[in-house]
Amino acid sequence: MVEAKALVKRFGDFEAVRGIDVQVRKGEAFGFLGPNGAGKSSTMRMIASTSPRSDGDLRVLGMDPDVDGPRIRARLGSVPQQDTLDTELTVRQNLQIYGRYFGMSRADVRRKATELMEFAQLAERADGLVDALSGGMKRRLTIARSLVNDPDLLLLDEPTTGLDPQARHMLWDRLFRLKAGGVTLIITSHYMDEVEQLCDRLVVMDGGHIVAEGSPSELIARYSTREVLELRFAPGEQGGIAEQVAEFGERVEELPDRVLVYTGDGERALEQVHGRDVRPVSSLVRRSTLEDVFLRLTGRTLVD
Amino acid sequence: MAGRDGADTTRRVATGSRSAGRVVGSWRAAWLRVEAHWTWYRRYWQSSLYSSGLQPVLFLAAMGLGFGSQVEAGPATGGLAYVHYVAPALLVAGAVQNAIGESSYPVLSGFKWQQDYYAVTATPVTAGQLLGGQIIWIALRVGIACVVYAIIALLFGAWLNAGALLVVPVGVLAAVACGVPIMAVAATTYNEGERFAAIFRFLVMPMILFSGTFFPIEQIPGAVRWLAWISPVWHGTELARGVTLGGLGIAPALGHLAFLGALFGVSAVLARRYFYRRLVV
Repeated sequence: MVEAKALVKRFGDFEAVRGIDVQVRKGEAFGFLGPNGAGKSSTMRMIASTSPRSDGDLRVLGMDPDVDGPRIRARLGSVPQQDTLDTELTVRQNLQIYGRYFGMSRADVRRKATELMEFAQLAERADGLVDALSGGMKRRLTIARSLVNDPDLLLLDEPTTGLDPQARHMLWDRLFRLKAGGVTLIITSHYMDEVEQLCDRLVVMDGGHIVAEGSPSELIARYSTREVLELRFAPGEQGGIAEQVAEFGERVEELPDRVLVYTGDGERALEQVHGRDVRPVSSLVRRSTLEDVFLRLTGRTLVD
Repeated sequence: MAGRDGADTTRRVATGSRSAGRVVGSWRAAWLRVEAHWTWYRRYWQSSLYSSGLQPVLFLAAMGLGFGSQVEAGPATGGLAYVHYVAPALLVAGAVQNAIGESSYPVLSGFKWQQDYYAVTATPVTAGQLLGGQIIWIALRVGIACVVYAIIALLFGAWLNAGALLVVPVGVLAAVACGVPIMAVAATTYNEGERFAAIFRFLVMPMILFSGTFFPIEQIPGAVRWLAWISPVWHGTELARGVTLGGLGIAPALGHLAFLGALFGVSAVLARRYFYRRLVV
């Protein structure tokens, strides 16, 4: 569906994307994980054929965006970071008008709008103004709008940023259904749980580069341990702790508010820590996540 | 229909595509944008009708009938009552203000606040087609307001002959010639649009006051009269008076048309470039 080779995006002197290779296959859910400014959105906009590449090669749906932009966009769905809805029109009008841009007949967009409002659980607000919708509803409408042309490839740029947990889970559920229906998804996110839940395969981006690639479980297996022991200390009492507990794990990371011990067996490490007479305010044993992968690869956390 | 559906299915099987989307032609794409604006207008036309249609009528009543009753017909008015002199000019002035208003904050909003322009250019519709649709829409909207004004002015007895039918297209031409440069400005505006307030105050208002709308530009001191000559409002006003009152030669008429056409053409090329620069980055 997407094939990028040595893809580069420059804005003046600034290189946002620094030569990345990506391949997205039909039917998979593919993720770009990285902090703000990693180059995810620039990559997405190049794939969406709304931003010309500065260098390298890019094929989307087998076509070159520089040549066949409109033909590619006809078969894409795009959920941008901002909702970009027409807030002075109704939910139904937003969907119908958008469908028309894809060359669909009035009858088709009417039918499709009704179907999508059901899908996005917005049927009750069909003839209400978008302005009055909650943030989660607007986001759902933006996703519904991106589906109006039955896209072969759906691009979601930070689909759940700024939503409350309930709204996020509802969106994830809709995305799972789309995936089950055979839609290829590309998702950018700086939420590791989102990517972990939704994506079959992902790349981790940092500073315009791809720093790792694989499935969520592969990446965790390759770059982290099975479990993580998190130790929190009272302010000012964390100094020197990392050195003291280093021997209880394969690796130790010190964050401003906690110390992370990477180990195969978190409970045992915790016992050893207690045995050493180290007294954290609180402790937590958990599975490794992509957040830990990212920390390992870049030395930084995803969301600061 | 069955045949077309069949062909469609074959195409989808051939490309392995399930998508219903396809690329539409350029004019069609621009027209789809007009449809979108029309959907909005059907809901909100009342609120916009005051500024676009009613305000010029109030000016006609106040200046043409009220103030005009104190103006003696003379050589400057071609021996006609003031209302006949001022009615075509007020149509042009209203059309220009209307178009400039619609080309400023509403266009900036497409880029900056609503950002719906970005949503449109994520579809097969291009930035150039988006601009084309915006221009056609403003021309139509100004056209509607001009027709409303022209009908009311007819009831006031402001028109003398059938040439008044041409005053609406003249008004629309002057309007787009003034509106499209403002669209180009909007496409290069990244702040809250403070510059529009300055443009309204220091460019549009003086242009309307000193372009022969209310009095002939021969009354303007020779040293600054050239300012009227480069004003698109003056060219539009001269044309509008030409078609309603007569007395405008072919050569000057073509000159005025050429000026407005050139302003429209050059600014459309610039606006197109700036729309692409802003939307396709």
